[in-house]
Amino acid sequence: MKKDLLSISDLTRDEIYRILETADAMREIGTRPIKKVPTLRGKTVVNLFYEPSTRTRTSFEIAEKRLSADTLNIAVSASSVQKGETLADTAMNIEAMSPDMIVIRHASSGACHLLSRICKSRIINAGDGMHEHPTQALLDAYTIRQHKPTIEGLKVAIVGDLLHSRVLRSNVLLLTKLGADVWVCGPPTLVPRGMQQLGVTVSTSVEAAIDRADVIMMLRIQQERMQGAYFPSLREYFSLFGMTSARVALAKPDVIIMHPGPMNRGVEIASDVADGPHSVILEQVANGVAVRMAVLYLLAGGVEDEVAA
Amino acid sequence: MPVVMDANRIGRTLTRIAHEILERSRGIDDLALVGIQRRGVPLARRLATMINQIQEEDGTASSAGPLATGALDITLYRDDLRRHAASAQPVVGRTDIPFSIDDKRILLVDDVLFTGRTIRAALDALIEFGRPKSIHLAVLVDRGHRELPIKADYVGKNLPTSLSQSVQVRLVETDGRDEVEIQE
Repeated sequence: MKKDLLSISDLTRDEIYRILETADAMREIGTRPIKKVPTLRGKTVVNLFYEPSTRTRTSFEIAEKRLSADTLNIAVSASSVQKGETLADTAMNIEAMSPDMIVIRHASSGACHLLSRICKSRIINAGDGMHEHPTQALLDAYTIRQHKPTIEGLKVAIVGDLLHSRVLRSNVLLLTKLGADVWVCGPPTLVPRGMQQLGVTVSTSVEAAIDRADVIMMLRIQQERMQGAYFPSLREYFSLFGMTSARVALAKPDVIIMHPGPMNRGVEIASDVADGPHSVILEQVANGVAVRMAVLYLLAGGVEDEVAA
Repeated sequence: MPVVMDANRIGRTLTRIAHEILERSRGIDDLALVGIQRRGVPLARRLATMINQIQEEDGTASSAGPLATGALDITLYRDDLRRHAASAQPVVGRTDIPFSIDDKRILLVDDVLFTGRTIRAALDALIEFGRPKSIHLAVLVDRGHRELPIKADYVGKNLPTSLSQSVQVRLVETDGRDEVEIQE
């Protein structure tokens, strides 16, 4: 493993499988009466969240606590950031108190890379702007592997707001690395340029994208990031791209439906699909803890670059 | 490299340990075997099967059915995780104890007893699952050089070794064949 987990491109195929297999062992800990192991005792992990988050922050915190790390959460709204402190200064001040790891979520793409350059602590990217969200892609892959024998050769359709989605980018990098046939689909205004070069099939027809799909991954319409008029109305979006049970019927009978949350019911996904038999949305959340425990455990080890040097 | 135990010898040794376990316990209704990953797990399963067979032959088979067996991985409890910070983390195996250990007599099973640090970690790990009535230890090979006050209750073979040697146990389930070898 490298020092930090900033992007799926930091990971080799073997490292990805190593994380997923370690997560399998970590999942068992969550079923015990005492859901805690002493592995990261004495390590300090700082959760630095510059954007609202329920799932990811809670999931990281539970993962850290189950490994016995000392955790602290910096709520940006109640911190010196409000007084105008820059990200670099905040990072250097946290670094001065020598934590072992920093988990960061920030609205700017590359914020975690800045931290990686100035901090000795291990940095874990918990979402940077419209760039990447690597632990989400890892937990998605873990969830797929629970339902499908192998990821290689699966048709995975990712539908929704492609432009603003960091979940999309991490998932595309990971799924293509593991050999899946990835289709991405959204309104033309929400398809980033150069998408094809990532080795995926781009389609603006949701029917074509999900035809005989093994996995359908819905992306949230990120209204907070939409200053432009990307589509006329949410109702029109739903009628053209929303995942309804009629559309799900086009996919394979054993298709699984995923969503990274938070869901906009009735915008990108119909309620009966979100709560239906194909949905694995809550399993994704449950698996998030195990996958993050695996990442924390494996990052606490040595750094290959340093050993080689 | 000398092979110190072959498949026959390992089979006979395990049979003897199975008899010893039965001899020393009055009834085995509350007994459960927990193997330490990796090679303790198949050893625990074999011992459980042997104990059940002996009892069937004696006509004293337990009303509680076959002996419960579990698997314990101690990686997350190791005391050297911080020491080797320069190397990659050791692989974490599966823990699977599909029964309550509360008030059970637990027999831990491992292939080689060496420094005792694995058993120390196993005791810590096991206690997290409940409060057993007792914990005993069975090992196929005791090679000496203890660093902690730990002793096995059932030993397959005492094998004097030097610290520079390593003892390699191979089992059909994990390595394709049964043998114990000393490597320089």
